[in-house]
Amino acid sequence: MNPIPVEQLRKTLANKGLVEAIYSSTGRLMTKRQNSIPPEIQDDFQEWREQAHQIKKHTLENLDYYLEQLEENVAVRGGKVIYARDGGEVAEFIVSLAKEKGCRRVVKSKSMTTEEIDLNESLEDAGLETVETDLGEYIIQLAHERPSHIVAPALHKTRYQVGDLFTEKLGVEREEVPEKQTLIARRVLREKFLAADIGITGANYVIADSGAIAIVENEGNARLCSSAPKIQVGIAGIEKLIPRAQDLATFLKLLGRSGTGQPLTVYTSFLSGPRREGEVDGPEEFYLVLLDNGRTRLLEDSAKRQSLYCIRCGACLNTCPVFRKVGGHNYPWIYSGPIGAVITPQYKGISEDPWLPFASSLCGACKDVCPVKIDLPQILLDLRAEAVKAKIRAGEAKLERLAFRLWAWVMRNPRLYEAMSLFSSAITTDEGGSSQNSVPLVFNTGPLKEWLSQRDLPAPPPKTFRQLWKGRSGAEGDSGGQA
Amino acid sequence: MPLRVSLFVTCIVDQLFPQTGLAMADVLERAGCRLEFPEEQTCCGQPAYNSGFQEEARSVARHFLEVFRDAEYIVAPSGSCTSMVVHHYEDLFRKEPETLEEVRKLKSRVFEFSDFLLNVAKVEDVGARLDRVVTYHDSCHALRELKIKDGPRRLLSRVKGLTLKEMDIPEECCGFGGTFSVKFSDLSGAMAQTKVDSILRTGAGAVVSIDPSCLMQIQGALARRGAQIQTMHLADVLSSH
Amino acid sequence: MSRDNILHRVRTAIGRSAGQEPEAPPPPLLKIPEVSMDRRIELFSAALEKLSGQAHIAGSQEEAHRVVASLIEGKSAVASNAPYLRECSVTSLPGVFTGYTDGAELREACAQSDVGLTSADYILADTGSLVMLASPEEARLVSLLPPVHIAVVPRERILTGLDELFTLLPNPAERTSSMVLITGSSRTADIEQILIKGVHGPRMVHAVIV
Repeated sequence: MNPIPVEQLRKTLANKGLVEAIYSSTGRLMTKRQNSIPPEIQDDFQEWREQAHQIKKHTLENLDYYLEQLEENVAVRGGKVIYARDGGEVAEFIVSLAKEKGCRRVVKSKSMTTEEIDLNESLEDAGLETVETDLGEYIIQLAHERPSHIVAPALHKTRYQVGDLFTEKLGVEREEVPEKQTLIARRVLREKFLAADIGITGANYVIADSGAIAIVENEGNARLCSSAPKIQVGIAGIEKLIPRAQDLATFLKLLGRSGTGQPLTVYTSFLSGPRREGEVDGPEEFYLVLLDNGRTRLLEDSAKRQSLYCIRCGACLNTCPVFRKVGGHNYPWIYSGPIGAVITPQYKGISEDPWLPFASSLCGACKDVCPVKIDLPQILLDLRAEAVKAKIRAGEAKLERLAFRLWAWVMRNPRLYEAMSLFSSAITTDEGGSSQNSVPLVFNTGPLKEWLSQRDLPAPPPKTFRQLWKGRSGAEGDSGGQA
Repeated sequence: MPLRVSLFVTCIVDQLFPQTGLAMADVLERAGCRLEFPEEQTCCGQPAYNSGFQEEARSVARHFLEVFRDAEYIVAPSGSCTSMVVHHYEDLFRKEPETLEEVRKLKSRVFEFSDFLLNVAKVEDVGARLDRVVTYHDSCHALRELKIKDGPRRLLSRVKGLTLKEMDIPEECCGFGGTFSVKFSDLSGAMAQTKVDSILRTGAGAVVSIDPSCLMQIQGALARRGAQIQTMHLADVLSSH
Repeated sequence: MSRDNILHRVRTAIGRSAGQEPEAPPPPLLKIPEVSMDRRIELFSAALEKLSGQAHIAGSQEEAHRVVASLIEGKSAVASNAPYLRECSVTSLPGVFTGYTDGAELREACAQSDVGLTSADYILADTGSLVMLASPEEARLVSLLPPVHIAVVPRERILTGLDELFTLLPNPAERTSSMVLITGSSRTADIEQILIKGVHGPRMVHAVIV
């Protein structure tokens, strides 16, 4: 059981520049989102959310049917579906495919699913050159770092850092202007696209009735990955399925707005199978890899199953006051923000980072913006209860449990509760000044001391409400109304 | 016929902000209500529930249900405590059909103070007077779970001499979150300071909220900054004259 | 086999058995607004302009021809095999290479050209999007590799938006291996959140509406 990463959090919070960068960039994305949902479409937007929620619910409750339907339709269009239980099987498939076809060069577009399974590493280990082509992902690939945000992976990097990186890794003359840096990347990556044997993409949606995948992007690298190389491989979690192409109309209207405030991203690709008869370009082979990697486990819990509705828009991250302070690197897994806090314990088991569901003030802002209406705060509460049970089973949390048992006992017994309040007011002083003086010494340790260190409180009042109430207008209990 | 109101003062008001409880009582009386204070009340159980100790939370919640069983209207000076009863008790007792029935019967009678004033007592002007410039903090539970946003602002707009200056981030969490502020005190403090920055930018002399825990959090952060800004519960403002 | 394993796990998790009929899905939510053609053109132009693209309204095919001629003057262009481009005589303009049926040649031409000329199967007025279905007439790379993309489209193809598109085309996979909605020019804000155009795809998009 990992403890709360106090030092790591403290370090991040002390880095004022980073904190400001995260807060302001997420703030900008929130504003863009709001601007893309003006009052005149508010009602429609809520309708789309409800529809998307219901579609996802239905799909997951009938997932086996849709998986089979998808498989059939992919085959009809000339492609092939591969099922993979975990990242190892995904890598195995791609490596053996590459071997079979004599491929060595791979280009990849952004996919959190592939990060989840460390695919790049596995492919590189097998001798396949694997190049990230999304600019932000390319930058962090060069830097050997993890993305700090679902949608903006290089959020934490400055242009100077990018300049250093390009000079060091690409051998180019140092360039600090972002426009020029982008041109460098464009040039380098274009060569890679056109020489690649395999193009790997993720999929925002997998469409059962069409045997197709839908990919949204702004740069054009997913289009290139899926059009230039001879072999296309799409990788998606099984939860990405939607029943019909027509459902895309709803999801596409939600995704761009929620994530980046765009009614539609620049490119929306709907890809079904290899090129058709007569088409001059496009892949000759098309494979769709469907990944489990624990998703079937999340499916089991009907209350938390909604965690799988997520369309990876990033809105909850941008809105979360906790994420906005510390960014993605403070979360234990690649999925960060509220959705990360909700799915990480479900995938990895609550015992690994039992503190994670508690790293939230439960403000509920995430729930308000989730395009598929996942009740994130409720799932966090459920996970907290599970964390406590796990801790108790592991013999930890004894003191906390005792404290709450005592607390509950007092709270069930009004006379006891009254007696305790009298006691604590009697032994605290009413001197002014620091709260640390006004709290009984026995409590001024551990977490309470930390809490107090962050704030200065006035001394607690000498009388409680119930004591004062007794003295109010001389009467006890009821009072007359004065119209 | 005067409305029969049972005061649910909440443990935090009882212990730390008793004057707010009295202020609420004054305002409700002025609005024509007949008040009762069921003495057996203690807490709604939220601290245990939020900490993952559901069994303990349930035991305290059962006591609450018993205390307020026969109440006609239950009014609390706290959005989060009201929300606990109105929204979360059903989750707490989802496996106990009988208690669930009780909860369902009770929850329609439980109100946050400003909501009750406006929508049950139908009073908007309580005859208050306060010559201050204030700003308003939307507490999360009230805003998002109880959908309380315009109500308190309307009530404030009727207070003579009062000017309301909106901060740029009224809906952003102050960082309290109960157990969160203890377990993640640095983070909680940082969130509070962001709130304080926004409050300072308004130039207001006081910040108003309908949640005592938010006020406590903000109060602490303001004092840490040495800012001479008062925190006031809506009831405190409305009882001023 | 992984397939059997996963399907079995799915069924167990959701309590269904193999071959069991699925429940009926919620019907698709598609609402097509009533919008006149003139208004659609207006909306489309405004939307495209907001995306820093340019809409040109041509009163005739001849005018469209002239517009394209001035846009590509002095530049090299690769044109798709779209019949509409031939109709507007765009393909016979100086500097335009077209008629590719060989993938490698096409790719070379696209990589070298300053401009990519296409038509479009549909236009979405509300979002300012071009809808391109890959076919023997419209190759994928023409609208992707060159730094400037010009699409010449007859106005009848302008739809109100996504809902109308998916109503007309409930199953795009039946027609093509690739349907792409192009909404503005390629862009990124990955470096310090600064907006930069033309990362991998075209930096400029022109739509000539006839």
